[in-house]
Amino acid sequence: MARKLLLGNVHVEGINTYEVYRKHGGYSSVEKALKKMTPDEVVEEVKKSGLRGRGGAGFPTGLKWSFLAKPEGVPRYLVCNADESEPGTFKDRYLMEKIPHLLIEGMITASYALGANTSFIYIRGEYSWILFILEKAIAEAYDKGWLGKNIKGSGYDLDLYVNIGAGAYICGEETALLESLEGKRGNPRIKPPFPAVKGLWQCPTVVNNVETIAAVVPIVNDGGDEYAKIGIDKSTGTKLISASGNIRHPGVYEIELGMTVENFLYSDQWCGGMKNGKKLKALVPGGSSVPILPHYLVTKTAKGDQRLMTYESLADGGFESGSMLGSGGFIVYDEDQCIVRNTWNFSRFYAHESCGQCSPCREGTSWMEKVLHRLENGQGKMSDIDLLADVAKKIEGNTICPLGDAAAWPVSAAIRHFRDEFEWHVKDPQGCMQRNYGLAHVPIENQLINA
Amino acid sequence: MPKVTIDGKSIEVEEGTTILNAARQIGGELVPPAMCYYSTLKGSGGKCRTCLVKVTKGSDRDPRPMPKLMASCQTMVMDGMEVASATDESVTNARAAVTEFLLINHPLDCPICDQAGECHLQDLAFEHGKSNTRFEFERRTFEKIDIGPYIKLHMTRCIMCWRCVYTAQQLTPERVHGIIGRGDHAEISTYIEKSVESEFSGNVIDVCPVGALTDRTFRFKSRVWFLNPMDAHRDCPTCSGKAVVWMYGGDIYRVTARKDKYGEVHDFICNTCRFEKKDKNDWIVEGPRAIDQHSVISQNHYDQGSITVV
Repeated sequence: MARKLLLGNVHVEGINTYEVYRKHGGYSSVEKALKKMTPDEVVEEVKKSGLRGRGGAGFPTGLKWSFLAKPEGVPRYLVCNADESEPGTFKDRYLMEKIPHLLIEGMITASYALGANTSFIYIRGEYSWILFILEKAIAEAYDKGWLGKNIKGSGYDLDLYVNIGAGAYICGEETALLESLEGKRGNPRIKPPFPAVKGLWQCPTVVNNVETIAAVVPIVNDGGDEYAKIGIDKSTGTKLISASGNIRHPGVYEIELGMTVENFLYSDQWCGGMKNGKKLKALVPGGSSVPILPHYLVTKTAKGDQRLMTYESLADGGFESGSMLGSGGFIVYDEDQCIVRNTWNFSRFYAHESCGQCSPCREGTSWMEKVLHRLENGQGKMSDIDLLADVAKKIEGNTICPLGDAAAWPVSAAIRHFRDEFEWHVKDPQGCMQRNYGLAHVPIENQLINA
Repeated sequence: MPKVTIDGKSIEVEEGTTILNAARQIGGELVPPAMCYYSTLKGSGGKCRTCLVKVTKGSDRDPRPMPKLMASCQTMVMDGMEVASATDESVTNARAAVTEFLLINHPLDCPICDQAGECHLQDLAFEHGKSNTRFEFERRTFEKIDIGPYIKLHMTRCIMCWRCVYTAQQLTPERVHGIIGRGDHAEISTYIEKSVESEFSGNVIDVCPVGALTDRTFRFKSRVWFLNPMDAHRDCPTCSGKAVVWMYGGDIYRVTARKDKYGEVHDFICNTCRFEKKDKNDWIVEGPRAIDQHSVISQNHYDQGSITVV
C-alpha cells in the first residue's frame, strides 16, 4: 500500500475543521519544531529529506532555504505560492480545499525554520472560495494559539496573511508574485538579485509552492531520513499528481515517487487506463508547460528503460525524447485528440498570459498562437510548421522569466513528435476539421495515407 | 577593479558596472544595441532583449560559461569575465530574432513618422533586420491619443520599452502614466486622458526610442534631416536650459534635450523650453551640434572634414 503523507486523512469527515485535524495528529510538527528543534535543525531535516520544489522547477527546497540571506535587523519572509494556474494542474486547490490546516501547519513550521515573523499565502484570484476556507482555518489557528504572539509559549511570533491575486498566470512566477504582493503590476523581476537576497519589499524571502510547504509537516514529524526513504535517487517523497484527460479515473492522487508511469496510468488504483477502450496517443506529464510525449515514449524511455514517475526518469532523453515532472499536471490524450488543436489551445493561453514585458515572449507567443490558429482552421501552409519551430526556438531562453520557455516547449515538442499531424492539417484541412469533432479513428501511423 | 574582455578587447571598469556600460567604455562595433536601457532612468533595461550577449567565461573565480544569453544591460561585470558580443553568431542571431519580434507589430510607417532619421528601431532594423517579413497577420493597432496639449501617443508604433513610464515616475511628482493590459495587447496609458500636466512631461518624447510619443508642436512640420541641430541655452528657472534647437533658416522648428552618442539625455529640459520657446531670440545659440556622421541627420549639413564625432 502506497504511503500517503499529505492526503492520508483527506477523507476523514470534518478534517477541514481544527478539532478533527488536531485529533488526527495535526500541528504536531509545530509542537516538535518549536519545543525540541532549533530553526537550523528544521532546515537540516528538510535538506536531508531531499524534498524538491513541487511547483514545477524541482529545485531542492533545503538548498533554497539555506540560500536565504540573514542580515541583522532585516525581516525575512516566507511566501506560499498558491497561484496555481498551470493548465492541467489542480493539486494545490484540492489540498487547500480539503485540509487547509495542513498548509497552515506547514507555513508555521517553515516560517519558524526560516526565522520569518510574517508570512503570506498568495492565492490566485479564481480560487476565491478557498480564500474563505483558508481565512477560517487561520482564524481557528489564531484562536487556538498556533499563530500570533508567543506561539505556545515558545517565544516565537508569527502572523500569517492570505493575499488574493487578480487572475494572472504570470503571478505564479515567484518575482512577479512578490511584485503583485507589494501591490504593483505583476511583472517578473530581473534576476539576480534572487528573492533569497532581495525579495518582498527588498527583504530576503523564500517562495515555496503549497505542496512543498505541506510536505514539511511529515518531514518534521517523521524526520528527513524517513522521508528520503520513499522514492528513488534525487526524487524523494510523495508527489501530488492531478490526472486529467481521457482516463477512467481523473483526480488528484498522492503517489510515491518512483512508481512506473505504466502502473500509474493503467492501474485501477490510479488513473485506471484509457477511457472507452481507446488507445493512448500522447501524454503531458507535468502541466501544460512541459514537452508532450508521444505514446511510444510514455511507458518506456528512448533507451528502452521503464519510465518512472520521477524528476529524472521523465526528463530522460532531454527534450528530444523526454519531458519533465513539472507541477504534476498529468494530461492524457487518447487517439481522438488533435495535437494541433491542443497545442493551439496551450499557445492561446500563453499568448493571453504573457505579461508583455520582454519582446520575445510578448510578440512571439501571440505570433505562435496566430499561426497555430491558422493551421488548426485549415488555412495553414507547409512553411508554417518550420516557422513555428523557429519562433519557438527564438523565444526559448531569451526571456526574463520562464514563461517564454513554457510557451515555447510545448510547441516545439508537438512539432518534434507529431509533425505528420501538422502536415496533415495542411494537406487535408477538411479531413482534420472533421476529425476534431470526434472522428479521429484514423490510426496514428495511417494518417498520411488516409489523407 | 574587475577586468572584462569583450570580443577580445579588455578593459578595467568600476565594480558594479554592467557589461553594456563596459562595452560602451570600449566603444566601437562591439557595443550591444539597447532599445529599453536608459542610463539615466533607474530600473530601466532588461526588457527588449536586443542587448543579449554570450558570457563565455563567468569570472576568474568561476570560469564556467553562463548557460543562456545574458541581457548585457543587467549583468554585472566580474573580474576575468569574457564576453562575446558582435563576433558570436548565436548572439547576432538572437538579436536578429528580437528585431523580427519588435517589427512584427510595428506599422513600418517611417515615411510619415516624425521619428524617422533618429529612430533606434530603424537603426536596429538596418543592422539586424531582414528585408522581408514572415508575419502574415493583421498588425496590432491602436487609436492615437493626445496626452496633454503637447504630446501625441501613437501606441501602434510602441515597442514597450517602458522608458516613458520610468521617466514619468522619476521626473514627475505624481504617477499618472503607466501600462495597462498584458502581452501584446498591453498599452501605455495615462490615468486620465489629456491630464498629464507636469512641467517635465515632455521628456517622454526624448526617451522614446521610436515614434510612439511625438511632439505635437512639431508633428509633420519637417523631416529631421532637413533641419540644422544647434546647441543652444537659455536662462531657465525650472531646468538646466541646455537644449538643442532644430533650425531651418532663421526659424526654430523644435527644441529637444541634448542626447549623447547612445541617444540618452542627461540634462532633462522643461516643457516651457521644449514647447514654448520657439523664437530665435529666446535662445543663445552656441553652434552646430556634433552629430554622429553615420546619422542621416548629418547628411547635407557639413562637409565630411568638419564632422566631429561625439
